[in-house]
Amino acid sequence: MTNHSWLLLGLFLLSLLLLVKPVGIFIADVMEGRPNLLLRLGGPIENLLYRLCGVRKDEEMGWLRYAMAILVFNALGALAVYALQRLQLWLPLNPQAMANVSPDSSFNTAVSFVTNTNWQGYGGEATMSYLTQMLGLSVQNFLSAATGIVVVIALIRGFARHSSKTVGNAWVDLTRITLYVLLPICLMYSVFLVSQGVIQNFDAYKDVTTVEVTHYDNPKLDAAGQPLKDDKGAVVTEPAETPTQTIAMGPVASQEAIKMLGTNGGGFFNANSAHPYENPTPLTNFIQMLSIFLIPGALCYTFGRMVGDTRQGWAVLATMTLIFVVMAVTAITFEQQGNPVLAQLGADSSVTALQPGGNMEGKETRFGIADSGLFATITTLASCGAVNAMHDSFTPMGGFVPLWNMMLGEVVFGGVGSGLYGMLVFAVMAVFIAGLMIGRTPEYLGKKIESFEMKMVSIAILVTPLLVLAGTAIAVMSADGVAGIANPGAHGFSEILYAFTSAANNNGSAFAGLSANTPFYNVMLGIAVWFGRFGVIVPVLALAGGLAAKKRIAVSAGTMPTHGPLFVVLLIGTVVLVGALNYVPALALGPVVEHLMLIGK
Amino acid sequence: MSPVIRPAISLFVALTVVTGVAYPLAATGLARTFFPQQAAGSLIEKDGKAVGSSLIGQSFSDPGHFWGRPSATGPQANNASASSGSNQGPLNPALADAVKGRIEALKAADPGNTAPVPVDLVTASASGLDPHISPAAARYQVNRVAQARKLSAEQVSALVAQHTEGRQLGFLGEPRVNVLTLNLALDQAAAK
Repeated sequence: MTNHSWLLLGLFLLSLLLLVKPVGIFIADVMEGRPNLLLRLGGPIENLLYRLCGVRKDEEMGWLRYAMAILVFNALGALAVYALQRLQLWLPLNPQAMANVSPDSSFNTAVSFVTNTNWQGYGGEATMSYLTQMLGLSVQNFLSAATGIVVVIALIRGFARHSSKTVGNAWVDLTRITLYVLLPICLMYSVFLVSQGVIQNFDAYKDVTTVEVTHYDNPKLDAAGQPLKDDKGAVVTEPAETPTQTIAMGPVASQEAIKMLGTNGGGFFNANSAHPYENPTPLTNFIQMLSIFLIPGALCYTFGRMVGDTRQGWAVLATMTLIFVVMAVTAITFEQQGNPVLAQLGADSSVTALQPGGNMEGKETRFGIADSGLFATITTLASCGAVNAMHDSFTPMGGFVPLWNMMLGEVVFGGVGSGLYGMLVFAVMAVFIAGLMIGRTPEYLGKKIESFEMKMVSIAILVTPLLVLAGTAIAVMSADGVAGIANPGAHGFSEILYAFTSAANNNGSAFAGLSANTPFYNVMLGIAVWFGRFGVIVPVLALAGGLAAKKRIAVSAGTMPTHGPLFVVLLIGTVVLVGALNYVPALALGPVVEHLMLIGK
Repeated sequence: MSPVIRPAISLFVALTVVTGVAYPLAATGLARTFFPQQAAGSLIEKDGKAVGSSLIGQSFSDPGHFWGRPSATGPQANNASASSGSNQGPLNPALADAVKGRIEALKAADPGNTAPVPVDLVTASASGLDPHISPAAARYQVNRVAQARKLSAEQVSALVAQHTEGRQLGFLGEPRVNVLTLNLALDQAAAK
């Protein structure tokens, strides 16, 4: 960690902690319908929408109906994104005449964007029309974020209410969070991004005449358009040259804003936030990192406020922040150490005033090591999955951090809404374990935790590890799975493990060397993202319904306080232990082996 | 089911129009009004013709130009319609081979240079379109460029200094040199 790295981490934490309270209060006000300026301005539009859509604003829903509403709404989204991709060639706003996307890739992308995962088997600028990007992908960036937030609001209501049959109105919640929180912030945010150099237009790709002619080896194609291979299986190439460069265009800024704010992470371009048109300056990088954690952090405050005890929210936030700092320092430290293999070849990886040094393969000069390592930590703790550096090229332990972060279950900040509901599930687990140790009925926020709640908590915690480990096992045992590997040795196993971890935890980042745009991976990972999302949301809503129906019990001398340091330690222990118990054997085969091999060099 | 289906469909359509049509159009309108140059891609024109974008790296192999970060895009390097990193892992032999080749190419173009090779000059960027190199990577190339251009090292160093950006706001990101704008300035200086 250089001084610059410490300064960056400190500034980031300071900015985040300053924003958590005002944004948290704002979200609580919006979701509870307390009149503020925006709600008054938007009121007529909101009411008009309800009238058009046949929504009765004051009608409350039980948890099952709430869950049905969420499922149907998201299924519609998946259908729409699928259809847009399959038909894009015949639809407008396709200046590059992008072909219709294959059925398996369309399926994967549709469920991936609906579930807030934004795993991308395709390269954006070479696959998607502007219409698909803005009317399909961008819309799901909003709606999947809204879905995550309303589910956690329903869970918070479960704690806050008592003897109640209902947890809120899904339609009203979805509309309010979209109109009053996500949209206004994104509009300002996208204009800021453009001011720094992010593009926002509907032009065709631009051909420019470059300063030098570019010489390259072009793969020869056979009659069917497939690359020709020689006897040894190497691709046959012929020398070629081009005096021009074709620069991809598009409505990037509007999508970039919600991509970060909604912890979606699906890049407009293949290189995601490493692309200079998505993330042109260190300032945009800083704001992008901040906007990933903004809502997940603020929701902790919203939680404390809505359950009537802000200390509860701060305790959860403290838990998240402590884990975050440890992971960030680890990632930056190992990336800064660089790759000894390259040092032996004569590449200078030291830190000087003139260069950031470190492991620069797959990193951008403007970000160097500190901004890349911090971004990687943030994007994987939050289930964002945007990348500003290629995680596949990280050092073994530098790459261990993003992998491990996702394995914690995306509960340390996590996705918008999904991070907090995941963490609250762990909090219930923590009080349950504490209850077992001292022999008392566990309770959390005045609610007794009983058999039904623990069943739902167990399902929510176990569904993702099951998907990750079973998926990885199937992939490494099948020829289709192994065929996708790009890097030899332990790293190849890590690529597959990373893919399923990312998919089932709805992160979306990748060890991107893996060739995942195949029917095998598109289907397998598509299934993992869908059940990794709704296999958790449904039990969480059931938990919300169960809690809302309970009576509130008074605090007594035997109540374990859930706002102090003791509880924070207990919660960290629960999260880390569950993650470790599930994944240590798999991690040993991947990054740990690779690290031992690297230090042996 | 019908109390769920109808609001689901109509609300989905309504929110799609708001977030998928109205919002990007509003953002485009504001962007074009206030930042037209950036919204269109920060293109650089020379004699009325676009020669590149100040944000997108180009390929340079002439000893008289500064070379940028290696690019792993295909089929050609710096393909701005197919951004990509190499995704080579740290122990991948292909990575070691590639770096070795790049170091040899730098040494072949500048046999007298014994300075250590800055790591960013021989490792592929994340986007394959990185427009920048570190100031160390620029300094490494100053003598080669000066010799090829028949300029003094001081003249070339002065140009490098002009095209070097420090940390943004003094504390964000890394110091860097924009390779395309530097080379355009170099061409202009050499033409005089």
